[in-house]
Amino acid sequence: MSDAANSKRVIPDRLGTRTSRLLSSWEVLLLGVAVAIFVFNSFASPYFLNAWNLSDATFNFTEKAMIAFAMALLVIAGEIDLSVAAIIALASTAMGAAAQAGIGTPGLVAIGLGVGLTCGAFNGFLVSVLRLPSIVVTIGTMSLFRGVSYIVLGDKAYGNYPDSFAYFGQGYVFWVFSFEFVLFILLAIVFAILLHATNFGRQIYVIGNNEFAARFSGISVERVKFTLFLLTGLMAGIASICLTSRLGSTRPSIAQGWELEIVTMVVLGGVSILGGSGTIPGVVIAAFVMGLVTFGLGLLNVPGIVMSIFVGLLLITTIAIPIVARRIKEMSR
Amino acid sequence: MTNLLKNRELLLIVIIGLMVIGFATRAQGFASPGNLANIFNDTSILIILALGQMTVILTKSIDLSVAANLSFTGMAVAMTNAAFPDVPLALLIVMAVGIGAFLGAINGFLVWALQIPPIVVTLGTLTIYRGMAFVLSGGGWVNAHQMTAPFLNIPRTQLLGLPVLSWIAITIVLGAWFVLTRLPFGRSAYASGGNPTAAVYAGIDIGWTRFIAFMLSGALAGLCGYLWVSRYAVAYVDIAVGFELDTVAACVIGGISIAGGIGSVAGAVLGALFLGVIKNALPVIGISPFAQMAISGIVIVLAVVFNARAERKAGRIILRDRAAPEVSA
Repeated sequence: MSDAANSKRVIPDRLGTRTSRLLSSWEVLLLGVAVAIFVFNSFASPYFLNAWNLSDATFNFTEKAMIAFAMALLVIAGEIDLSVAAIIALASTAMGAAAQAGIGTPGLVAIGLGVGLTCGAFNGFLVSVLRLPSIVVTIGTMSLFRGVSYIVLGDKAYGNYPDSFAYFGQGYVFWVFSFEFVLFILLAIVFAILLHATNFGRQIYVIGNNEFAARFSGISVERVKFTLFLLTGLMAGIASICLTSRLGSTRPSIAQGWELEIVTMVVLGGVSILGGSGTIPGVVIAAFVMGLVTFGLGLLNVPGIVMSIFVGLLLITTIAIPIVARRIKEMSR
Repeated sequence: MTNLLKNRELLLIVIIGLMVIGFATRAQGFASPGNLANIFNDTSILIILALGQMTVILTKSIDLSVAANLSFTGMAVAMTNAAFPDVPLALLIVMAVGIGAFLGAINGFLVWALQIPPIVVTLGTLTIYRGMAFVLSGGGWVNAHQMTAPFLNIPRTQLLGLPVLSWIAITIVLGAWFVLTRLPFGRSAYASGGNPTAAVYAGIDIGWTRFIAFMLSGALAGLCGYLWVSRYAVAYVDIAVGFELDTVAACVIGGISIAGGIGSVAGAVLGALFLGVIKNALPVIGISPFAQMAISGIVIVLAVVFNARAERKAGRIILRDRAAPEVSA
């Protein structure tokens, strides 16, 4: 019950023996939930089972999921970035300002990615170079980044993006498969390879499980963390391009509160909030689950703020379930 | 190092003093006693919430649900007042504190019994509580004409030169000082944040201490729910959106370590006043109120950098104290 028994240092050797089994069962469970929601939705609403409607539904989660992949890596490494939604706002504002100045689509994309990378580098610098706790730093940069958007835009909005810019959020690669959905799948594959099949991925797990051991085994913890913040910023930049293109306008309140939904997606995907475990396939399934839930509730005319109650409950219960299960196991032992 | 920390309050007083003098050169009467009393009154709610937040942060936790708690409680009290004007104000205040404490206790219970990281719990309850405020009100507003006169007027009543709202804040500052420095709970709070392992060996129940801290924070948020609704004479779902960050900012500026165990009541109060002075000065010196969010952000980041410098222990980096990173979990 003491803190020592619950610290990061003890958890890994307990998880280590059955990590693979535990996680695979979590993902299977999640997949079951996704299928159940899918079936329920198809009965609950006659409009659900339609290729175009389902395609529209993917827009609910693709942008968030892109960030969630990078966030999953960060959380596995024992850090967190709450400023992602604010980075979207800042990148979108920068692109909007550039679009007013008549810059074309390639320039806008470069600006979006550049702002994302810069913000990520700033967070990474504060956390890995100045060694500050990421949770407070990113709460600070969250209001800083969005605050800059508010200074630039105030109560106004940017519009008038070039026509070709609309492709990222509104274009289709073929049939019902949107550009965003294809990008989401590609990024899922890239991140899965990065986390599960490279040295860098192993290093992320090691850092999350035991930062001391990571240091002693020669891993440059600071460099890995900096890279992860950079990556998260980049993904926020990409998400910002997609979202801005889809909405066709920018307000400083764009993507407000997304950081919570992204963290929920990551945690729902089976990533331990304490760091050290989790998989990309889990996050992918979690993205589908959340997309299906919000789309289903939307079809049933549930207002957005009530949906957020479900998201909050989902977040707490998904974290509580493994903890309670472990407690019960410990008691029966 | 310790000298620097001890001087944090003095440093803040000097900075706030310089800021007030600086703003006074741009705007006549900014430093007049009347205006300063106004700023204090305007900052009262932030001060009260920051003290609750501080108690939670001392125990190595964080409460991001305070603003949502405030919104729900404020809505509940305002709707009760509108529907049953005969219910005495004292009962409404007890109700506000009670609801707030209950919502805080839910946070505390999840942190204590299930050992879910506080940041996750309160991020979750933040959306849940605000969502509940929407469900309760159906998205509607409670406007000034629906509220009774005593409900609106009591916090504004002048008493010995200050509004009752200010006196409530002063009372709570003194109360927090007493609880945190003179009661066993205060010692436990500092101990369970400063060194949880040692606290356990000293016979302190960390989980229980955190539970009480969350409940206190919730109770203060509930009280502020009434104060906010009464002060602005309106209740709707989105009141105080993002205010939880201001409370954290006030604590961080006031030198309360986000890693727990370090901080003083005076620090939290001065941190809140620092933000209050900036907020009141922006329109006076002609800066758009939209800049306030960015300024808070910069101030939070700078304060964290500053705190980390002050707290950093000497020694090889490889054997660095784990206290700070653990909070991020």
